[in-house]
Amino acid sequence: MTQHVVPRQVYYRVFAALLALTLLTVGAAHVDLGPLNIALALGIAICKALLVMLFFMHLRYSTHLTWIVAAAGVIWLGHLILFSMIDYLTRSWLAFSSW
Amino acid sequence: MSETRAAPAHQFDDFEQQYEAASLGMWAFLATEILFFGGLFLGYTVYRTLYPAAFTEGSHHLDIVLGSINTAVLIGSSLTMALAVHSAQVGRRQAIVGFLALTMLLGLVFLSIKTVEYGHKFDEALVPGAHFVYDGPFAPQVQLFFSFYFIMTGLHALHMVVGIGIMAVLAWLAWRGKFSPTYHTPVEISGLYWHFVDVVWIFLFPLLYLLGRH
Repeated sequence: MTQHVVPRQVYYRVFAALLALTLLTVGAAHVDLGPLNIALALGIAICKALLVMLFFMHLRYSTHLTWIVAAAGVIWLGHLILFSMIDYLTRSWLAFSSW
Repeated sequence: MSETRAAPAHQFDDFEQQYEAASLGMWAFLATEILFFGGLFLGYTVYRTLYPAAFTEGSHHLDIVLGSINTAVLIGSSLTMALAVHSAQVGRRQAIVGFLALTMLLGLVFLSIKTVEYGHKFDEALVPGAHFVYDGPFAPQVQLFFSFYFIMTGLHALHMVVGIGIMAVLAWLAWRGKFSPTYHTPVEISGLYWHFVDVVWIFLFPLLYLLGRH
């Protein structure tokens, strides 16, 4: 016995949830919610990604060390986008238009 | 059939430790893959922030029906991949081969639909480069949107081609009875890769096809 065997029922339910969330996000995209459209689309995408990682990729049953490595990838990506956007979004605050 | 490994590689105490080391190594590789795609996601975020109207316009030229179908196809292929790993865990050799074949088939369906979409973009002269034709005040920025579209979906498609190749090798090994309930790490590790490619698409789909649809 080397690893946790996930019952197939779990995979079917995750699959159904992923399809339902896909329908939801396509439907929501056709409704004008202003800035909420982006938040909702990304929120649903994050939920879908978590479902895939936790169940299909067995993260839920993995060691804490694996959790840390998986989180590191996401946190690095967060830093990359966060600090770059802090730069781009605040450039106009300085009135050096020639820059 | 009797070629399955009876003992773990000599540097490991047992199969469990060997499996955990391999799984951890794969997650470390996937962390680098996140950053590999991350540069493109950052570029997209920056330019979408600078040119929101142009990116909305560009998004309107993508086929939301084909994009949605492809999303469902890829999610389906993740299910069959998970079932292939499950079959390996319980030692059902033919089921491993069957589910891997199904996963490859769904992967090819995805790539075929993508090819049709790319073809439409060539017909509509929306491929960035010398032959890009677009009327409107945001033409250069719309071209930028399509540069992101082609590079991001192209890199994603390249990962799928690699994944299909890996699965062909896996299916052959499974057919020869190389995997057992105690040793099937290659199936599990390749599954992680395939699901990762699915996760990338889960983000590409709303960012390219859905934002600015309403």
